[in-house]
Amino acid sequence: MTSISLLQPRFKQLKTLRAMAIGLAIGFAVPAFADNLPEVQRLIKQGQYPQALEKVDAYLSSRPKDAQGRFLKGLIFTEMNKPADAIGVFTKLSEDYPELPEPYNNLAVLYAQQKQYDKARTALEMAIRTHPSYAIAYENLGDVYAKLASQAYDKALQLDNSNSATQNKLALIRDLITTSGKGNVKPQPTAVAAAPVAAKPTVAPSATLVTSTPGAAAAPVAPVAPATKPAIVAAATPAPTATSAPAPAPAPAPAKASVGNDEVVTALNAWADAWSRKDMRAYLGAYASSFKIPKGKSRKAWEQEREQRIAGKSGKISVSFETPQITINGDMATAKFRQHYKATGLSSSTTKTLVFVRAGSKWLIKEENAR
Amino acid sequence: MKFGRKLALSVLAVALAAGAAARLKDQPATQEASVKELSAIALARPATEKTGAESPPPLVVSDSGPEEMLTRIFSEIEANRLSNALQLTEGLLRQHPNYRLANLIKGDLLLARKQPIDTFGALSDAPADKVADLRAEAIARLAAYREKPPADFVPRYLLQMQPDQRFAIVVDTKRSRLYVYENDLKNGGRPRFVADYYVTQGKLGAEKLVEGDKKTPVGVYHVTANLPRQKLADLYGNGAFPLNYPNEWDKRQGRGGSGIWLHGTPSDTFARPPRASDGCVVLTNQDLDVVAKNLQVGLTPVIISNSVEWLSLDDWARERGELSKSIDAWRADWESRDTDRYLKHYSPRFKVGTQDFDEFAAQKKQVNASKEWIKLKIDNLSVLRNPGKEEVVVVTFDQDYRSNNLNNQMKKRQYWLREGGQWKIIYEGSA
Repeated sequence: MTSISLLQPRFKQLKTLRAMAIGLAIGFAVPAFADNLPEVQRLIKQGQYPQALEKVDAYLSSRPKDAQGRFLKGLIFTEMNKPADAIGVFTKLSEDYPELPEPYNNLAVLYAQQKQYDKARTALEMAIRTHPSYAIAYENLGDVYAKLASQAYDKALQLDNSNSATQNKLALIRDLITTSGKGNVKPQPTAVAAAPVAAKPTVAPSATLVTSTPGAAAAPVAPVAPATKPAIVAAATPAPTATSAPAPAPAPAPAKASVGNDEVVTALNAWADAWSRKDMRAYLGAYASSFKIPKGKSRKAWEQEREQRIAGKSGKISVSFETPQITINGDMATAKFRQHYKATGLSSSTTKTLVFVRAGSKWLIKEENAR
Repeated sequence: MKFGRKLALSVLAVALAAGAAARLKDQPATQEASVKELSAIALARPATEKTGAESPPPLVVSDSGPEEMLTRIFSEIEANRLSNALQLTEGLLRQHPNYRLANLIKGDLLLARKQPIDTFGALSDAPADKVADLRAEAIARLAAYREKPPADFVPRYLLQMQPDQRFAIVVDTKRSRLYVYENDLKNGGRPRFVADYYVTQGKLGAEKLVEGDKKTPVGVYHVTANLPRQKLADLYGNGAFPLNYPNEWDKRQGRGGSGIWLHGTPSDTFARPPRASDGCVVLTNQDLDVVAKNLQVGLTPVIISNSVEWLSLDDWARERGELSKSIDAWRADWESRDTDRYLKHYSPRFKVGTQDFDEFAAQKKQVNASKEWIKLKIDNLSVLRNPGKEEVVVVTFDQDYRSNNLNNQMKKRQYWLREGGQWKIIYEGSA
């Protein structure tokens, strides 16, 4: 009970912070063009590519070097099914801004569409070299490795490329959200980076902002009360076993460990089920709004990516787990288990750790780590 | 992120090591150690990833066949340096783009980056027979690389080569290996190891008996022709050298079939599985090209064995001396015109065509009665032991026979059989 009441206000706070950040970015850097690129984005969203191209060209005529504009142009070419032009744009962009991972990623997507997996691999490895924690590029690279593996197997075992039918699409990145401070140094890309978000103010801005804002996320399990927002973190107070005595708020919820365990297992089940059913509402609903998104991504980008990987996947997905080890510490619970993932052309087993946070009678995922 | 380069590939190395151990249990003691070592390496590998510590492997490409590269690749896999392994595999594929085994390893190494894999040929619906073939090839090649023939041992079969036989070929079907030996005349005709190569044998193994049994014959043969690539179907690759199967001994044993060749590999693959031919011995094209330079039509012996027996040089010299003495005694006793002594060199089971020992003895007695003198010279002697349980040697020489009423020169071939501790002739005829 305590947790929910305290969690809610934190959220509001978070939102305002984000909105501010966006406002700042726009206000400072792109005063004159602020209306241009969102318009381009809107046109892209509506599928009016020729118009979008016209607008973006007009925008670029006065700022030919602008990264965001060129990035959108590349996207438009991609959408218009002009891969050669799109490759041209993204290649130039990656040459001019070698520190940006997004152009590499999208180049890789285009190469992969043309079945040039070696080139796709090189591009993705470049994206990862610049941003070692860039999750989309990793997942895309995983798919490219699988593709290359299947080509090698075809040659090894003289298969008739029949398995090329199960071609899973790589994730195209639609927003140029630079993921590290380095990228932000460049005035143009950063400033505009916020622009797409501004068009849809409900979603998170760049990941740097997200991680820096909630102090709670910085202290995931250790029950040490941080200085930033003491009220909030105190809510996550562990009950009996606290080492460093934090706020002495009595913790009513975790009465019996086993009850809590069952609840966490239920949450775990619901999460795996939703994933298997490709029920994106339920799946994403299993994640707390304070969910610590894998580095380098916005919540929106993460959700899009999950959507593509789950709902966008052809064929069945089956996710199950075994031997969950659950430890509950106040309103936080850690579940470590073996995850079995099965989909067309891929199955894997990984050790996974989910950190849950209590929200009323429910447990929501706050952190997800696979190893 | 998550998709780790898991340790699962070590399974592959272990499986290969185990296979190699099983396969090589018939080996002399010297080789056991290295197989154990391999298993030990594979099993004792630390369970940690050493991603950061990987330094790129030197990419030296050798033209001596892929064994060395495969060995390096597998040792990188055993050490869990999978990036290095992949780099080496890609290097090998640049050299031999249609090398299926290398492609399979590449597939595994790439797939391991996406998901844990737990077997060799980890593609989920990989055809088991083809994977098994490639695994067998890997085992054969790795084992051969680890176990070069011991330097002071020679194949038992090469007792004596005639001076103009520059090289001899010895094939070990169990190990899928072809050995080239030089006739080292400076060292008294001792066989000197030159090189060895991976080969393919018949689908159903060795010891051919009848037409169509898809087996490779075991015996002493020689190449009878050199068929150039232009005259051949693609299946035979860069060339073909027919063998004289079935030879006199095969016919005597009732063995049938024909068309056993030494040949190359079709253009769609670098190598064929260890057991894949209809009985021919198949080399990769690059290896055939090298071996072909040493093949003399009508002359170069090709000895095919189930499992090559190796002799120390001392034992080899003793066997060679013993046979040389027996042959010289046969020659001297013929010159002596003492027919009974002469006939003691022949086995009671002697048979040529329809003529058995008694008919042969009667004929010899009759002929020798008319002789006042006989001079017999033997030149270009070759003594090659026939592989197998029975102790048989194939003796070939130029025979110069002179007597008071008849002179005759011929190339003769005899099969000598060890009976009751004595070498006896069981067949003879013109070669």
